[in-house]
Amino acid sequence: MKILVCISKAPDTTTKIAFTDNNTKFAADGVQWIINPYDEWYALVRAIELKEKDPSTIIHLVTVGEADAEPVIRKALALGGDEAIRVNAGSGDSYYIASQIAAIAGQGAYDLIFTGKETIDYNGSSIGGMVSELLNLPYVSLAIKFELNGASAVITREIEGGEEVCEVGLPVVVSCQKGMAEARIPNMRGIMAARTKPLKVVEPAAVDSLTSIVSFELPPAKAGVKLVPADNPAELVRLLHEEAKAF
Amino acid sequence: MSVLIFIDQSEGHIKKASLEALSYGTEIAGKSGIAAEGIILGNVSEDIAALGKYGVKKIYHVDNAALNHFDAQVFTNAIAEVVQRSGAKVIVFSNNVDGKSVAPRLSVKLKAGLVSGAVALPDTSNGFIVKKTVFSGKAFANIALNADIKIIALNPNSFSVNTGGEGSAEVVKTDVKVEEAKVKVTSVNKVKGEVPLSEADIVVSGGRGLKGPENWGMIEELAKLLGAATACSRPVADTHWRPHHEHVGQTGLAIAPNLYIAIGISGAIQHLAGVNRSKIIVVINKDPEAPFFKAADYGIVGDAFEVVPRLIEEIKKVKGVA
Repeated sequence: MKILVCISKAPDTTTKIAFTDNNTKFAADGVQWIINPYDEWYALVRAIELKEKDPSTIIHLVTVGEADAEPVIRKALALGGDEAIRVNAGSGDSYYIASQIAAIAGQGAYDLIFTGKETIDYNGSSIGGMVSELLNLPYVSLAIKFELNGASAVITREIEGGEEVCEVGLPVVVSCQKGMAEARIPNMRGIMAARTKPLKVVEPAAVDSLTSIVSFELPPAKAGVKLVPADNPAELVRLLHEEAKAF
Repeated sequence: MSVLIFIDQSEGHIKKASLEALSYGTEIAGKSGIAAEGIILGNVSEDIAALGKYGVKKIYHVDNAALNHFDAQVFTNAIAEVVQRSGAKVIVFSNNVDGKSVAPRLSVKLKAGLVSGAVALPDTSNGFIVKKTVFSGKAFANIALNADIKIIALNPNSFSVNTGGEGSAEVVKTDVKVEEAKVKVTSVNKVKGEVPLSEADIVVSGGRGLKGPENWGMIEELAKLLGAATACSRPVADTHWRPHHEHVGQTGLAIAPNLYIAIGISGAIQHLAGVNRSKIIVVINKDPEAPFFKAADYGIVGDAFEVVPRLIEEIKKVKGVA
């Protein structure tokens, strides 16, 4: 069993979002970078759990980014995984990034490709779908449970208002979310081991982005909360009904 | 040239999010002076021609039972074939579960530019620029789509359904090549009789301030009275007071209802990331310093166990329920 886990770096969830250069760039100065939570807690940890069940499993991590992505990929290696590949590329749209991942995946004969359901910065939720199309593989999105059953996978995925269970032969691309695995933190042994695990750097494939970011903007500030006294819920109901017309 | 709108169905019923996509797509078509067309895959029990009231003139219906159940790969190929026949240059999806799955695949197949999570109509004054949410709703990005074909996945609850159209749509029965899905669905488990959280107009949500799962009766009663879905904060789901599918926030579901009522939730930044696109936020919390009040439109500083039952009585009066 050979698993490729796609890892992205993302700003820590408590980061104050601001922009520079006339609102064309994310203000990255002083930002604490983390592994994108969906990639870490659900995609990577589930892959590690599968390896714990079957130690012959090989886990490769792939990230598309410049050298500043290395601390994040080292942290991912400290959790688990055998080696990492960094595609040495700057910014590009999701098509560009998916193309780089597909180029790596296409050379590795992977049985499983795991991604997080989305990144918490650009919220594209596109990489898994794009990689699967580039490789002409089946795609199961929003997985909340994953089990292997011989040469196929049994996956529970979210649908509107519930969930469904499906079975699919390998190889398959799966986007992962809450439920797939329990979050864990790297232990000292993992952190030490990660220092010597291979981290290959490869140059990007020549691909053009199909979209570009023109500018960013912050939402307009809220007018401020209108507080209603606790002993007068009738006033809140009146405001919601007559002023906000919320019901 | 046309705008093609994917009309998503489940068990033969058209999803509400698709009506928003239809209204959005027909408005783009109207502004550009081109035709708005729809595409439906699978058997549908509703009157398709009646979708004309959302402004769409023509609907390609691939009435094939093999398409009753969604599969990203099979749907991508079927939609691509219809795109080719219709000559569509703009394709609109809802950014719902199915849209998130199929739109990226289709964008690769057609070498189309994709913007997912769109919240506004495209600005075509200089190119083709679409606003989308980024940083989990904490900001927006304006994205230029530079390829010949453009795909937009519209965030649910971000565009009003418009029923201003006239007459019925022409339904064109269409055959496409449908291969067998590699993903076999073995069981479907839907929560019956409840409003799906992602489609709810009103959401009533409870947090740790409610002290235990046994206290959810008033949350459910309030939700039922308002025709709302119930939700919860992450600690509540993590301690299994409530099922995981109710968890809204950064790592749970991101929702954008018209009205979000948060009861006993302090409003951590990760929770706000999942609900900050709600149109109106009401916070009930006994702690006046709870950060959620800063993001709220209306609030009551008070004990939920006293406030909520009285709130229920007052809503009953307004609604005329005994």
